[in-house]
Amino acid sequence: MTMSRRTLLKAGFAGLAASAVAGCNNGAAARGEGEVIYWLWDSAQLPMYTECAKVFHEQNPQYTVKIEQYGWNDYWSKLVTGFISETAPDVFTGHSSKYPLFADKGQVLAIDDFVARDNVDLGIYQKGLADRWIGADGKRYGLPKDWDTEVYFYNSALTEAAGISTEQLNSMTWNPQDGGTFEQIVRRLTVDAKGRRGDQPGFDKDNVQVYGLGYADAGGGDGQTSWSWYAAINGWKYSEGEPWGTRFFYGDPKFTETIGWWRGLITKGYMPTYAQAKSGVDVTTSFGAGKYAITPNGSWMLGTYAGLKQVKTKLARLPIGPIGKRMSMMNGLADTIWAGTTRRDASWAWVKFLGSQTAQDIVARAGVVFPAVAASMPAAKAAFAKAGWDVTPFLEPVEAGDVFPYPANPNAADVTAVMTPAMDAVMSFEAEPASLAEANDEVNQILSANA
Amino acid sequence: MTATTNAPPTSRRSHGEATALPRKRRSLGDLKVAMIFLAPATLGFVVFYIWPTLRGAYLSFTEYSLLQAPNFNGLANYERMVQDSLFWNALVVTVEYVVINIGVQTVLAVGIAMLMYRLTHSITVRAVVLLPYLVANVVVALVWYWMLDFQVGIVNQGLTWLGIDPVAFFGESQWAIPTIAGINVWRHMGYTALLVFAGLQMIPKYVYEAAEVDGSTEWKTFWRITLPLLRPVLVMVLVVTMIGSFQIFDTVAVTTAGGPINATRVIYYYIFERAFTRFDFGYASAMAMVLFAILAVVSLLQLRLLRAKESDLA
Repeated sequence: MTMSRRTLLKAGFAGLAASAVAGCNNGAAARGEGEVIYWLWDSAQLPMYTECAKVFHEQNPQYTVKIEQYGWNDYWSKLVTGFISETAPDVFTGHSSKYPLFADKGQVLAIDDFVARDNVDLGIYQKGLADRWIGADGKRYGLPKDWDTEVYFYNSALTEAAGISTEQLNSMTWNPQDGGTFEQIVRRLTVDAKGRRGDQPGFDKDNVQVYGLGYADAGGGDGQTSWSWYAAINGWKYSEGEPWGTRFFYGDPKFTETIGWWRGLITKGYMPTYAQAKSGVDVTTSFGAGKYAITPNGSWMLGTYAGLKQVKTKLARLPIGPIGKRMSMMNGLADTIWAGTTRRDASWAWVKFLGSQTAQDIVARAGVVFPAVAASMPAAKAAFAKAGWDVTPFLEPVEAGDVFPYPANPNAADVTAVMTPAMDAVMSFEAEPASLAEANDEVNQILSANA
Repeated sequence: MTATTNAPPTSRRSHGEATALPRKRRSLGDLKVAMIFLAPATLGFVVFYIWPTLRGAYLSFTEYSLLQAPNFNGLANYERMVQDSLFWNALVVTVEYVVINIGVQTVLAVGIAMLMYRLTHSITVRAVVLLPYLVANVVVALVWYWMLDFQVGIVNQGLTWLGIDPVAFFGESQWAIPTIAGINVWRHMGYTALLVFAGLQMIPKYVYEAAEVDGSTEWKTFWRITLPLLRPVLVMVLVVTMIGSFQIFDTVAVTTAGGPINATRVIYYYIFERAFTRFDFGYASAMAMVLFAILAVVSLLQLRLLRAKESDLA
């Protein structure tokens, strides 16, 4: 018994110490009037933003910016506890899946008045990006900083060995019945333990060495890097009133047949089973070990793929579908201001600066993400080219306007809690794609209950 | 019950009345110093344990989205819990984890402790046994996550060499909980073994000598003498490790995140999800209160059933 009491005491001390450390964080009173605290989660972007903060201070000597970076998972829970304890950062990087809830709960500042007062030109951004930050209530909550789309990252040694040309890879077609030329390519790229390809006689689908197509998970409610484009080119939409979904369509046959086709690749042996795919560190690591020929992913992953030194990675366009074109999800980040900040003017000045071409040129030149300001794009393209990437497949859908938004809504967490297990069950063959109709009912109930 | 009073009546008699007073004073002086030493911990205990517990109890009767003031809603959260299949699933999954984790861990810990006790008293060996426990939970989880990776992990590589099909340790519903339980057994068994080892050292040598004289075998001695005399220590170890085991969270959080489907959505993870990703703090608090009640009952039962206060060494 003494043991447990001792442990409790120790924990008490540890708690005291931890709170003392936490208390130092963001002491609003302790720092200068012009000092803004800014948070971001991507460590790869820290150097560029440090540079931005330097230039910002040179242009506005009355303001300084202190940047803090936390990994994606810590970031959001730290932010929420910051809201509650009133120690949140003045400005922070926002995500379309998260800010609607924060806006709904009055935690982020609407910037319409600032935008109007300073005549901010919203036309400098890539088409549609600025409007992504107008909430369901019609107010604007951020200025866009970057954007992303999806493509196929492929292992070029494997495609060459399979005799598949770059042209073939960039002109793939798809349909939910036989998967089009896309599925033919995936089949050819799949190799069993004895070296037989998916389209060769005797192919052993239970003993596969290299899978044609990789996937990280079942995609949950958005399928951003897994199924979103197949569903879109099959003529499906997430919801009525995109992106502010009021009624979702996960039970729609266009969607369920897409998912049915997708999981069919598991049965055929071109994709690992769901258990195998999930029982791994991540899909990029397996790709880097040469276990997948093709993995779809977003543009923010370019740096990670560049770090995979054992494979040579190239990019291919998404396929053309029944609706006669390619489509990609287009999502992006923005800088948002915490509603509880005591430094509104300084915070706005920083947000405005980050949304300007000056700042986005700095970001673009680092070649990590695509800047939101259209005129900064050439610099980013050049930086990516220098790193060996031809990023055209990411840009084409944006230029053509063939993009669809991330399905945002203030109940995203509740929707995810329903859709993730539901999609997991379908992909692990514990439920049929038709069962998604029930999950869809549940999602719509959540939305109507909170409307 | 056990005659272990340190101040035998004889000594009091010999000192007489006169020495009784300074004695009292000295003990009061101890009290003051003791209070000073205890104060920070007591403060910590009140601020970080008592107060949050009371507030949690209150919040369990409210609808509270964290970012807006709580709204009293009576027993609604508890009624909802009864209907919530995910809550029941979380309990079942957690119990499954605890049974595997505690069962395997206790048997292994007693085994290791016996080996250490019988074969070596080397400090180095004790330190090595304790090593996994010194590595942070999250680090242990991540290292095993890599090693057990289906496609690139070293364990499955080894299995393949042995001609066994690779196993999707974290991806297969029926494997996920045993895998996570196993990882934590690996981390904790050394620590538990040391506690048991300390218990073994408390068993007087003469009991063993007597057993030997009576011609008892090693096996019989273990079952008839070691284990019964170890009981008070084992009960303490079981209570402490079981409470810890029910609170399994970090390993799940950094590996499966509750999946595949709901196979590893243990109660703590479910509470965390409800509270911090879905901002359903009232409901999460209600579940936490139920977990608190369950743990209290389980611990009391353990202490009662295993007669923790009594030793067979009377």
